[in-house]
Amino acid sequence: MGGFILRRALYMIPTVFLVSIVTFIIIQLPPGDYLDSLAAEMGESGVDNTAVVEQLREQYGLGQPMYLQYWKWMTGILLEGDFGISFEKNLPVTDVIWDRLGWTFAISLLTLLFIWMVALPIGIYSAVRKYSVGDYVATFFGFVGLAVPNFLLALVMMYVAFRYFGQSVGGLVSPEYLDQPWSGAKFVDLLKHIWMPVFVVGTSGAAALIRIMRANLLDELYRPYVVTARAKGMSEFQLLLRYPVRVALNPFISTIGWILPTLVSGEIIVAVVMNLPTTGPLLLRALLVQDMYLAGSLILIVSLLTVIGTLLSDVLLAWVDPRIRYQ
Amino acid sequence: MPQIPMQTDPTEQPMIQIRGLRTHFFTDDGLVKAVEGVDLDIRANRTLCLLGESGCGKSILARSILRIVDAPGRITGGSILYHAADGRTVDLAAARPGSRQLRSIRGSDISMIFQEPMSSLGPIQKIGRQITETIRLHRQVTKAEAKEEAIDMLARVGIPRPAERFEAYPFELSGGMRQRAMIAMALSCQPRLLIADEPTTALDVTTQAQILDLIAELKDEFQMAVMLITHDLGVVAEVADDVAVMYMGKIVEKSDVFGLFETPSHPYTRALLNSVPRIGMTTHERLPAIRGMVPHPLARPSGCTFRTRCDHVMPGICDRREPRLKPVPGGEVACFLHDKETTDV
Amino acid sequence: MTAIDPASDVIVPEAVKAPALLGPWALMWRQFRRHKIAHFSLYVVGLVYLVALLGEFFAPADHLATNTRAPFAPPQGIHLFVENGDGSREFLLHARALKVEVDREAMRRHFVEDPEKPIPLGFFVKGHPYKLLWLIPTDRHLFGPIDPKQKVYFLGADRLGRDILSRIIMGTRISMSIGLVGVAVSLVVGVSLGGISGYYGGWIDNLIQRLIEFLRSVPTIPLWMGLAAAIPLDWPPLRTYFVVTIIVSMIGWTTLAREVRGKFLSLRKEDFVVAARLDGLSDWEIIRKHLVPSFASHIIASLTLAVPLMILAETSLSFLGIGLQPPIVSWGTLLKEAQNIRTIIEAPWLLIAPGTTIVIVVLALNFLGDGLRDAADPYAN
Repeated sequence: MGGFILRRALYMIPTVFLVSIVTFIIIQLPPGDYLDSLAAEMGESGVDNTAVVEQLREQYGLGQPMYLQYWKWMTGILLEGDFGISFEKNLPVTDVIWDRLGWTFAISLLTLLFIWMVALPIGIYSAVRKYSVGDYVATFFGFVGLAVPNFLLALVMMYVAFRYFGQSVGGLVSPEYLDQPWSGAKFVDLLKHIWMPVFVVGTSGAAALIRIMRANLLDELYRPYVVTARAKGMSEFQLLLRYPVRVALNPFISTIGWILPTLVSGEIIVAVVMNLPTTGPLLLRALLVQDMYLAGSLILIVSLLTVIGTLLSDVLLAWVDPRIRYQ
Repeated sequence: MPQIPMQTDPTEQPMIQIRGLRTHFFTDDGLVKAVEGVDLDIRANRTLCLLGESGCGKSILARSILRIVDAPGRITGGSILYHAADGRTVDLAAARPGSRQLRSIRGSDISMIFQEPMSSLGPIQKIGRQITETIRLHRQVTKAEAKEEAIDMLARVGIPRPAERFEAYPFELSGGMRQRAMIAMALSCQPRLLIADEPTTALDVTTQAQILDLIAELKDEFQMAVMLITHDLGVVAEVADDVAVMYMGKIVEKSDVFGLFETPSHPYTRALLNSVPRIGMTTHERLPAIRGMVPHPLARPSGCTFRTRCDHVMPGICDRREPRLKPVPGGEVACFLHDKETTDV
Repeated sequence: MTAIDPASDVIVPEAVKAPALLGPWALMWRQFRRHKIAHFSLYVVGLVYLVALLGEFFAPADHLATNTRAPFAPPQGIHLFVENGDGSREFLLHARALKVEVDREAMRRHFVEDPEKPIPLGFFVKGHPYKLLWLIPTDRHLFGPIDPKQKVYFLGADRLGRDILSRIIMGTRISMSIGLVGVAVSLVVGVSLGGISGYYGGWIDNLIQRLIEFLRSVPTIPLWMGLAAAIPLDWPPLRTYFVVTIIVSMIGWTTLAREVRGKFLSLRKEDFVVAARLDGLSDWEIIRKHLVPSFASHIIASLTLAVPLMILAETSLSFLGIGLQPPIVSWGTLLKEAQNIRTIIEAPWLLIAPGTTIVIVVLALNFLGDGLRDAADPYAN
């Protein structure tokens, strides 16, 4: 088991390395850089700034060849934990992102939990009572869940909440709590807000997982070992949970691997719509104004954390399935 | 060598009496009559072989006894009377599916082993766990006692280092060992009847013989009846006391093992016996095969279902009525060739 | 007892017919039709593509024409009867003209329908001129006001007074074609890489698998956002369209490649493939004659399921403002108009109309793909 984890962990390194390169290339793709747009902006206000801009360019090393810039960025991260500087905010990237990353992952993990709690029982029910009314209802909602884009659902829910329940929309806490320290009341207010993004981000994932669980379980339900268990005299419920569900759970667990990236992706879009204090709006803004180190760091860290999440799901899978462990 | 059948009192009540059993499959394409009006007795302490080609309904018949036929299959008629050791009689065919009564019989009074020992064992549960589970399901024992019994059972079915294998997963064992573990599990509650559904088909030849010997041995040791389902005449010759031959959901001939091999009455049985290679055949001689193919299950021939392949078919008789099992010397047979009334028609 | 010699007296078994054996495609079609919703969805998808193809004919108005007198005009209903002066009712297919009312308390203007001013509607009416299928010049439209000078907003208007219904219909062409083109790109990339990977195995398989794993393990949206944001805003619309399509098609190919590889791997060891090789067929012939036909149906099903994913991806990117840019009209750019909650509350149709369209089309495509997948393996049961 230890060897397995070590092997998978080592596997991560090239992936993360690749991510860092791809990220860097992507943020370098747009023609020009932040200083060009800054110069244009300042030029509009009539200030002659060529000297200032050139000085800044020198300072940030923006005129250097790409591989040197990459090298500088990477060594900064690895040796000093320095992710560079956010041009727009004129602050180190690390000062800007941690809070927001925390929220992004808090929401993603809550969503994962929500998806599991919804998909597992419904998926089992749907498979066992195949072609029943309940199965059709679950299947139908599963399809609808997959068909509604996250941001559209977010807009609809915001509209409904505002129009019919008069709830303040957007953000994770009501405006009056924004600058207050944490308290019981603020926490309750947080709970009142956070369910909405969790629900919105989780719906499509839950819909997908219900279908996966149903299909997995249908594959297992008519296996000979189920007949054996029945021939032993076990009750249907007992044998269902102990044998086919247990086996069907494995591919289900391995789905964390791909569901986590989609949750993070979904969260980013929904955050833009709902104006959540997470990475989404920050990343979008950074990309649009070519605040390259901020954008690059966000993509890199979000990807890194996702890869770690995937690793955890693999370990979990090996833990529950002896067949994988022994390979 | 076939064993000498134990002397049984013919008036003694059989353990299981199947009467007019029908198990039909309601498929999208139509009604498949997998078991169509079967009468069969299973006697205590005897080995009954159910012989037939694949698809003849022998597995479904066996599964009907335990009521573990998967949908869309359903028992649509007949009765399966089980006379329990305590004197009670239960009609298994009429019991509510999944009822406590049925479950208390499954695995305890009647247990079953299957063809594919790999897929018949839970793939990601330890062998030991699967055996103790059965024990604790039917008897009030502690976990430690159940474990002790399970290891004991593993030893009795000839698994070396049983305490170690108790912790093993099915995929870590060989096919033969897995089938032994299956048998250990099936016998863990000392059943009165063991149903073995082609238990050796998936195994290699040497292992096959070992498993058959083991079943025969344990049958005597546990004083139980065995219902062995097979398409292999060699297996029948080796272990059977009684034989029932099935064709398209019907029993066409019942006999003891000697009667079957010495005086087969039904043309189908005769054809089966003819298609087995014998010592003394020349290498150029072609094995006679039964002509034609088993009819499509949705297109059962009228009258006698075997008539489309029968060398002795009598037009005007065999296609008009269904032959019933009639006594003949050495057993019973369902064929108009042996039916006195037919010749009078 | 009479034994009959079969040779001398041939017995013809009277009509004992086995059910007719159907070919694989016929079986699939039969299986597919059993999935009623999928069967129905097939027609829906067909209709949507027809609308995409003949957009201008279905659109009652020019989707780019603005109207300063009708910003945020609400959807107008279709009415069947007009009341005459004497109280009698007369059949007339019509909509009612909008008039402005000022709410003095809220200090806001809003539109109401004026029953006094019916606008007669008709089929195959004259409207703005266009070229049908980019070829045939005409000015006929399926449905709309009989007088071409009148304007009716069946699904309301946006902030510039453009007709939402016409915009949705014209957006269908862009959004649906992105799905198709994206799928075509995925198909080529996915099948070739997956096929190479599965057929040859070895280091090349390893390399491709690592690439796929990499693409699947990173959150895609941030990467796409990065890519899409890199498209300069001043690019011509057509170039933007193609780049967005390529970005979007990056979703689909990994799944497809994995599937093809899996099929190749399992089929490679199948007896019929081994037999074909022993018969002296070349790799290419084996792939073409044996492998591809045996999983073509699966590919069609997966492709159908990939189309909605791409449509949704395009919609998301355009919604965020980093995908397609105006004046291109797609469902995503339409929804961009409904980005803030104030607008939605004032003009909910900006959200509801395109939103419903997307959901219905994606649903239909998913159902269709699901039905095809079920039918893809007719021998499964």
